[in-house]
Amino acid sequence: MDMLAMGKYGVFVWSSMALTIAIVLLNEWAARRRHRAVCRDIEVRLKAREGRQ
Amino acid sequence: MWTFFHKLASPPHFYRLAQTMVPWIGVPGYLLVVASLYAGLFLAPPDYQQGDAFRIIYMHVPAAYLSMMAYVIMAVAGGIGLIWRMKLAHAVAASAAPIGASFTFLALATGSIWGRPMWGTWWEWGDPRLMSELILLFLYFGYMALRAAIDDTAKADKASAVLALVGAVNIPVIHYSVEWWTSLHQGSTIIAEGGPRMPPEMLYPLLGSIFGFTLVFGALLLRRVRTEVLHRERRTGWVRKMIVSAEGNG
Repeated sequence: MDMLAMGKYGVFVWSSMALTIAIVLLNEWAARRRHRAVCRDIEVRLKAREGRQ
Repeated sequence: MWTFFHKLASPPHFYRLAQTMVPWIGVPGYLLVVASLYAGLFLAPPDYQQGDAFRIIYMHVPAAYLSMMAYVIMAVAGGIGLIWRMKLAHAVAASAAPIGASFTFLALATGSIWGRPMWGTWWEWGDPRLMSELILLFLYFGYMALRAAIDDTAKADKASAVLALVGAVNIPVIHYSVEWWTSLHQGSTIIAEGGPRMPPEMLYPLLGSIFGFTLVFGALLLRRVRTEVLHRERRTGWVRKMIVSAEGNG
């Protein structure tokens, strides 16, 4: 428990840690989401093109 | 040498190379970050003045360093794109911006969290380091807004590259602000006259954290550049072939 309390600075240290994890996860999620969206967009375009031919 | 760069600048080659490189950079990066944060948070001794609050540096310093590095990458890539008209360079610049903005926000937020117990305030409007870092965040926002406002990719590339190059003047201002002006922010700890001002048990986790976060940044950037390349090349044969074969494979 002492280690988690970080003296009297636990709230500051752990909130920084939580924010860091959140930012890194957000970056990972956003990169994957954008990639999926671009792939889906290209697939839709290709299918529409095939439909026209 | 030039053949290597020419090949690297080829979108299909870069796309495949980045796909291979992402796990090789990302996995060691994350492992190093976890190990360094563990060492920094639990094994390093408390600071004689700041106590355990100093441990915020294991997140704050890599974020602040990456906030500037991402901008330098953005400006250099933008410059290369403008001068040599290399499309891949513009894709790199565009991809670096959101990652750089998020690390700048993290640097400001963790700095503010550290400032509350150490300086007695969350924010100091007159401080040159804080203000120049805040300007960096606005530069990122401006860059992304400018890109989003222009539909023509080629025009957006040129305009945003000029903005990135002009804004690069802020990077040395951030770096040297604590030397040029009176600042609440402490001076450089790692690169200091007479060597680092930290004992090894505090310094090594910090170096590991900086290096680990840099690898994570590299993996994130490669992932985003791949997507940007795919989007820009969506009408080309190699992308169609790749998407069709990916569909065929399930």
